[in-house]
Amino acid sequence: MDKILAVLKDNPRLTNAQIAAMVGQSEEAVGEAIAAYERDGVICGYKTVIDWEKLEQTEKVTAIIELKVTPRRDTGFEKIAEEIMSFDEVESVSLMSGGYDFSVGVTGHTFKEVALFVANRLALIPSVISTQTTFILKRYKQAGIILSPVNTDERGADIL
Amino acid sequence: MTDVQSLLNVTARDMPPSGIRRFFDIAAEMDDVISLSVGEPDFPTPWHVRDVAIDSLRKGHTGYSPNRGFTALCREICTYCARRFDLHYDYRTDVVVTVGGSEAIDLTVRALVNPGDEVLVPQPSFVCYAPIAKMAGAKAVPIVTRREDEFRLNPDVLRQHITDRTKLLILPFPNNPTGAVMRREHLEAIAEVLRGTDVMVLSDEIYAELTYNGVPHVSVASIEGMKDRTVVVGGFSKSYAMTGWRLGYALGSAPVISVMTKIHQYAIMCAPTTSQYAAIEALRTGDADIKAMREEYDLRRRLIVRGFRELGFDCFEPEGAFYVFPCIAHTGMTSEAFCQKLLERQHVAVVPGNAFGDCGEGFIRVSYAYSTRHIEEALRRIRLFLKEEGLMDEDTSQRED
Repeated sequence: MDKILAVLKDNPRLTNAQIAAMVGQSEEAVGEAIAAYERDGVICGYKTVIDWEKLEQTEKVTAIIELKVTPRRDTGFEKIAEEIMSFDEVESVSLMSGGYDFSVGVTGHTFKEVALFVANRLALIPSVISTQTTFILKRYKQAGIILSPVNTDERGADIL
Repeated sequence: MTDVQSLLNVTARDMPPSGIRRFFDIAAEMDDVISLSVGEPDFPTPWHVRDVAIDSLRKGHTGYSPNRGFTALCREICTYCARRFDLHYDYRTDVVVTVGGSEAIDLTVRALVNPGDEVLVPQPSFVCYAPIAKMAGAKAVPIVTRREDEFRLNPDVLRQHITDRTKLLILPFPNNPTGAVMRREHLEAIAEVLRGTDVMVLSDEIYAELTYNGVPHVSVASIEGMKDRTVVVGGFSKSYAMTGWRLGYALGSAPVISVMTKIHQYAIMCAPTTSQYAAIEALRTGDADIKAMREEYDLRRRLIVRGFRELGFDCFEPEGAFYVFPCIAHTGMTSEAFCQKLLERQHVAVVPGNAFGDCGEGFIRVSYAYSTRHIEEALRRIRLFLKEEGLMDEDTSQRED
């Protein structure tokens, strides 16, 4: 992997100057490389991983929906995926191997809201044969980040 | 009542404790301390290495090993050192497996020095050499390594310190705390000074796998004519993130290793068996792990050097280990005062340079065996500290806090 991407993937808030120092390139070169990655769609965006549970006033529920579909004659799964991902409620869409076709992440404020979205929107898309909804109860790790890390730094030898 | 104090061994009793205990005590009282003080990897031991150790326990391999270590491990150590550092030793006679590199250092000194001998200790360096030499009845003679020599051992300065009583030279490179490395040409110059003397060398190469800027580690034992007079100390702690396993080794000529093994046998019996199984796996299949960790340290190294320089410190660029050793003399504070104030005001723990020898005064040791986020937060707090102390003009701060 390119060093810039390796640094950026875990530390998106570093400045270009810091990244430049870390990878041993000029700040300009780093800026250009990142711009090129963004332009080419290699870098698709920057997101913040938030543990919503720690903010009591914010209710947010997420469900993973397993969708079975009948692929369309000309466009296969692509058109169906486009239709699914057009909803704001949909956080992620992936084509799966195995027992079902699409895994769809859906968020809402309440269980009911998410369930109704599945019933009234996803289930009604032509070619969707069946849906199965499972709710996320607790997140432990997301995007490679442990949400409530226990302090495991036991290093304390004072002999240096 | 028995006055136990008066019955203690005088040398041990009067030996000063490690200089940083006080800082750890203060830091332990605070709950939001950002520490850059610890000298061990922040990675866990690679899983496949742990797995082999667990498996050895399941199979009931819980007894002693041969005194000098399992033959399979001795063989792997020699194969590895030949492959990586062009060091060629006989696994049957030239290697002893020890409880960490620390025991190997102790054994080397005890096997070589007689009471009254002098042991040359380049400083700043790891804290154990002088106390171990003293316990063996020898006199520890510090040799100052200087910032202007990039903290390398200067051959002329070495020559001035050699006397009729000099028995042993410690070569602690890659160096903790400065990060200095001795390249081949520097080692050649040291070898030139030593040729024609009877001075032995203890080369502490525990950080051999952690060198940067494409500078591969060179062992002094691979320099012409140096092998017989050198004991190479190596280990698994830093390279494979295995500090807690307590496993190291010494390589040297058969007569020295034989005496070292004898002391080891009486004092320790053998190194931990479980750790030896893990070490065999590490040496056989751990190259990729070393590479990944080295690359990660290198990114942090560059980040932290830039960070300190940006804050106005003279910061030597280390080429080895995982420490930076910035100069704090311009703050007008002593190393201890700087560290104490920084800890009290901004809850950042670093180690005063004089813990590594008097000549470390005016410097601090900062470990980058910490995550990028952790390092960034520490640098942010150090910036605030400098501002509070009036040690930083606004125009030198190039970034917003």
